[in-house]
Amino acid sequence: MAAPAQRRIIFQHIDEPGYSNDLACYVRNGGYEVLKKSVTRPPAELIDEVKKSGLRGRGGAGFPCGVKWGLVDRKSGKPIYLIVNADESEPGTFKDRYIMHQDPHQLIEGTMISCFANNVKQAYIYIRGEMPHGARILEKAIAEARAAGFVGKNILGTTYSCDIFVHRGAGAYICGEETGLIESLEGKRANPRIKPPYFPAVLGLYQCPTIVNNVETLCHVKYIVEHGGDAYTKVGTPNNTGTRIFCVSGHVQRPGYYEFEAGKITLGQLLYEVCGGPLPGRTFKAVIPGGSSAKILRFGERFKGKRKVGAEMVDYDWGVEDVPMDFDSLGMIGTMGGSGGVIVMDDTVNMVEALANINAFYSHESCGQCTPCREGSLWMKKITTRMVHGQARNEDAALLKSVADQIPGRTICAFGEACSWPTQSFIAKFGDEFKQYPETKKTAKPAGAHELV
Amino acid sequence: MNLQPATLQSIDEVITHYPADQKRSATLPLLHLIQEDIGYLPPETCEWVATKLGLQPINVLEVITFYPMFRQKPIGRRHIKVCRTLSCALVGGYKTCEQFEKEFNTHRGDISPDGEVTIDFVECLASCGTAPVVLIDDDLHEKVDCAKAKQLSDQIKAEAKKR
Repeated sequence: MAAPAQRRIIFQHIDEPGYSNDLACYVRNGGYEVLKKSVTRPPAELIDEVKKSGLRGRGGAGFPCGVKWGLVDRKSGKPIYLIVNADESEPGTFKDRYIMHQDPHQLIEGTMISCFANNVKQAYIYIRGEMPHGARILEKAIAEARAAGFVGKNILGTTYSCDIFVHRGAGAYICGEETGLIESLEGKRANPRIKPPYFPAVLGLYQCPTIVNNVETLCHVKYIVEHGGDAYTKVGTPNNTGTRIFCVSGHVQRPGYYEFEAGKITLGQLLYEVCGGPLPGRTFKAVIPGGSSAKILRFGERFKGKRKVGAEMVDYDWGVEDVPMDFDSLGMIGTMGGSGGVIVMDDTVNMVEALANINAFYSHESCGQCTPCREGSLWMKKITTRMVHGQARNEDAALLKSVADQIPGRTICAFGEACSWPTQSFIAKFGDEFKQYPETKKTAKPAGAHELV
Repeated sequence: MNLQPATLQSIDEVITHYPADQKRSATLPLLHLIQEDIGYLPPETCEWVATKLGLQPINVLEVITFYPMFRQKPIGRRHIKVCRTLSCALVGGYKTCEQFEKEFNTHRGDISPDGEVTIDFVECLASCGTAPVVLIDDDLHEKVDCAKAKQLSDQIKAEAKKR
């Protein structure tokens, strides 16, 4: 079956010749019209549209945005904050970068609509430290929007006021975790907070109710408010509404970003048709479908079970290629859609070495406050690095698994899961390769194989 | 602290981005501004920022030591950050890094003998579709294979000669 055409809602203007990131260009293309209409509507109506839309957060967890907004404590009398999570750091993910660099006003408009809907007093965009140009582009765009009355005091002549400031991170992955991000914005180490009681919607920034939304999610809000929540549910599939931006990297002919209706394209269509398939002379071996912490899939494995289609339960029997790319289908086969980062590995890759690369990442990025994660991520890195650069033992796979199994569920934040899932899934699916590694090491690497650690 | 007037001005401005009783929030912005001005964060930074924001020096030190982008030692004139993470490594990121090391006769983490560069491995730079990527100071360079690494190194060397 041929892959469907891309449906570019969020990336409509990305890479469009002649499209620039200034206010004039954005307004020429109909920009800020949705905000103008929004400020004449009751805020509760806007929140309802988002609830009806079924929009799920695009940062990784896929939590329904309307539900998140519904949890905000509006009775405390404390100011409400909104933080744009622009700390795009999950390996394999690179969508927000292009929105911020090429279409920053789309984000600002989505942010202001969300702020108005939720009576937010002040918004911050927390952007990765490694995106200094992105921070400058956003600052310039906010200044333009402020001068035009779209941001700041008395927005568009109304009594509503809300400003946006850009706040730069400084290279710590854990700042993508929303409570770690809040700690960081408060000027501290980004140690995630324990939940309960520190749900951001109740006790967030400065102990005030706070909404933390991903860059792409806020852009979807703009589209939803423009077209209505019901219309949005017609894009994508039930419970996986709207579009998804897939960031494909690794061993494919055409890596890059592609926006499709959620659940309307399979992993096989995406990798073979859209991305041009494997490099010449190679075959696909494995794929991580939702950012590096998502559990790996092995080409050749099959997934069977029952799933809901409409009101009926039907059997499914899928190969990796057949899996529809949406939160629920990927969840059903034991992995996740996450942030949309699809990392592809071909037959030149040794899975022990690939895991060693990932483990080095997680051990570098653990914030260190929970012992299982701090020590566990370090030991998984040490073991896999030793296997590659020192002596590999037959019992290493069992040892790695025992370390990984002792982390999830025992930490304050989801980093514990994120750092153990790669090890658990690599060993579950490529266990033989780990057992054989002491022998494999003695033989020559396949042609075209790269050093990974 | 010997900071330029423009830096001091930016520091006073950025503090206003946060509520008056939450000045601590300006810690990261201040450290960025100081590092951009001086090139690194000298020991007196903790005391200076703490005084400016009404904190204890330890509050600042614990932030400096947590975030990988803050450095307490000088580096070369240019900072070459090569992405080490999976998508870049899968298409040759390690070779790219070695090429830079060879070009400047140095090792990761050290200042090159000519003082021109410091080369570091960093974790994912969020541009995996154009791997391998390299951040040189503020500029992202995409699809940096060995040939492009050599070309970028030659540019840096040519600029150094002009000085």
